[in-house]
Amino acid sequence: MLVPFFFELRAAGVPVSLTEFLTLLAALRARVADPSAQEFYYLARASLVKDERHYDRFDRVFARVFQGAEQVFARLAASVPQEWLQSLASRVFSAEERRRVQALGGWDKLLETLRQRLREQQERHAGGSRWIGSGGTSPFGAHGFNPEGIRFGRQGGGARRAVKVWERREYRNFDDTVELGTRNLKLALRRLRRFAREGALEELDLDGTIDATARNGGLLDLKLVPERHNSSRVLLFLDVGGSMDGHVRICEELFSAARSEFKHLEHFYFHNFLYENLWTDNVRRFDTLTPTERVLRTYGRDYRVILVGDAAMSPYEIVQPGGSIEHWNSEAGAVWMQRLCAAFPRLVWLNPEPPASWEYNPSNRITRELIRGRMFHLSLAGLELAIAELRRPVSGTATLVGAGATSITQSPPPGVS
Amino acid sequence: MSELQRFTGTDRYVATDDLMMAVNAAITLARPLLIKGEPGTGKTQLAQEIACSLERPLYEWHIKSTSKAQQGLYEYDAVSRLRDSQLGEERVHDIRNYIVKGRLWEAFESAVQPVLLIDEIDKADIEFPNDLLRELDRMEFYVHETRELIRARHRPIIIITSNNEKELPDAFLRRCFFHYIRFPDEETMRAIVAVHFPDLKKELLAEALASFFEVRATPALRKKPSTSELLDWIKLLVAEDIPPEALRSADARKVIPILHGALLKNEQDVHLFEQLVFAHRRAR
Repeated sequence: MLVPFFFELRAAGVPVSLTEFLTLLAALRARVADPSAQEFYYLARASLVKDERHYDRFDRVFARVFQGAEQVFARLAASVPQEWLQSLASRVFSAEERRRVQALGGWDKLLETLRQRLREQQERHAGGSRWIGSGGTSPFGAHGFNPEGIRFGRQGGGARRAVKVWERREYRNFDDTVELGTRNLKLALRRLRRFAREGALEELDLDGTIDATARNGGLLDLKLVPERHNSSRVLLFLDVGGSMDGHVRICEELFSAARSEFKHLEHFYFHNFLYENLWTDNVRRFDTLTPTERVLRTYGRDYRVILVGDAAMSPYEIVQPGGSIEHWNSEAGAVWMQRLCAAFPRLVWLNPEPPASWEYNPSNRITRELIRGRMFHLSLAGLELAIAELRRPVSGTATLVGAGATSITQSPPPGVS
Repeated sequence: MSELQRFTGTDRYVATDDLMMAVNAAITLARPLLIKGEPGTGKTQLAQEIACSLERPLYEWHIKSTSKAQQGLYEYDAVSRLRDSQLGEERVHDIRNYIVKGRLWEAFESAVQPVLLIDEIDKADIEFPNDLLRELDRMEFYVHETRELIRARHRPIIIITSNNEKELPDAFLRRCFFHYIRFPDEETMRAIVAVHFPDLKKELLAEALASFFEVRATPALRKKPSTSELLDWIKLLVAEDIPPEALRSADARKVIPILHGALLKNEQDVHLFEQLVFAHRRAR
């Protein structure tokens, strides 16, 4: 029963390993869980799932594999000896509650009711997907009553348990990150993490100190090395809407991969091309705008910029003031792009369209001229190249482009790919 | 399960069934328990409450971005030794004088089974959890300087918290139990508030919770208020003796719940909330 469950989980994309499976078996053997479906569910989830993003997938597989299997647990519970139940109940209930139980006809009566319920549940459950009863009708009153496991929780009433926990699928919204396929991108993005030793002298270099001291004839000679840390800072600009809709998925994969890799990662959305405003939340794009100028001013030159977009639009949208299809832009997109290039010397454009089609697209050609050919295909190979580009030391020739500069042929495109 | 103690929450901490199960599984199998969840849902407090309810000593190891795994084991203070050697001190001959024990070592030495909290493990470098694999697995480590093997006298109950800032390595995750603390629903929230403020007026609580969930539902808040913020806010309301009606004021000028400073933590959020509530009221 459990082995197919294990493989179903793997098939559903929950990364379970043998170690975790054995842990679960060990926990079952150690009687961590009472024999109830819900307890088993909690235990299995705690031992097999290691990320809340996978909770929902786990719930779905659990519901499928153990459909109907709750009856097994129920039968187990039904065969519990009465003494055990009584001792359990006396441990859990207060004196006052026990008196209330007596008022309901004593333990025998209660147990009979319980058995009856369990039978009822088996019958009813065969057809439907819900557990019986709510806490209100149960003789156990305020404490709630969980027929399949005889587990008397300290909190929560019966009503909460009416639907099986795993069928409520409360973790659905954690599953928004697309993990499949991000692994490749993640590998490449990891290269971005620069482990270069830079920054202030911070850390005592023990080996160096001992060595230097020894060479110094025993006189203490302290050596310090800069602390090593992940210092990559990245600004991510994502094109949304319009012609990019087909690429949204792959962009989101890149985005979810990027998010976990950097200490400093800021993302902004734009539509088709960069103009005077950006936004950070796609839902609220019309009321919470961030001026591009503020972005240029806020982040330092050491930030690396990654633009993601297909650069497929009318050329007017780039070169003409007022060319934007959404609003009146007083300055051409090209001007903004030049400012971005000047503010952040390390910049790449990732394009999900295959490179073969780039030449046929005038707007793509203009964009590549603007960013001096630093456009790469959004694939593992393209990312490698893009990251190599981002890692290259800054030449220091980049100059700030003034607000009046409108010429787009200002910078000749060396080595357009 | 009878010979082992079970954790069932305490009179100051409301644990849900699934959380209890995760804790008890981790205790029984002596595996670390990894706890994630929104900030302010009581991740750190859990370890304290487990230690308190099972009457175990608690060792806390708070991780910073500069923390190294080695610091939890021990540190060799070579600099003092060098200095002592130059001053001709007697203690310089025993290297043991310069080994400084870390939190993990202290926990390993505890006479009864301790609770060890490794707080905010995701703050550290990506390699940090990997460097602790063997130590957490076998509960032993080797001190190279003295050639000693330090082994835990009792496997500690290890609670690890993470705020999801970085992903943790798979090899590390395999060895842990995992639990994600969800944001409590209204019923659990009532239980939590009742535990903290047992003599709170019923209407005040109902109104406060309603306002609280309303604030939380506001889209695009930078920092959603969490359980700990709700508790702070209620503490303020009680201290100021605010009547319940005041929270339900229909006056459009007082759009924001009183003493909102405890709930909303930056001025953009306050401003946004004001705008939204105002627009909403006007629409009605």
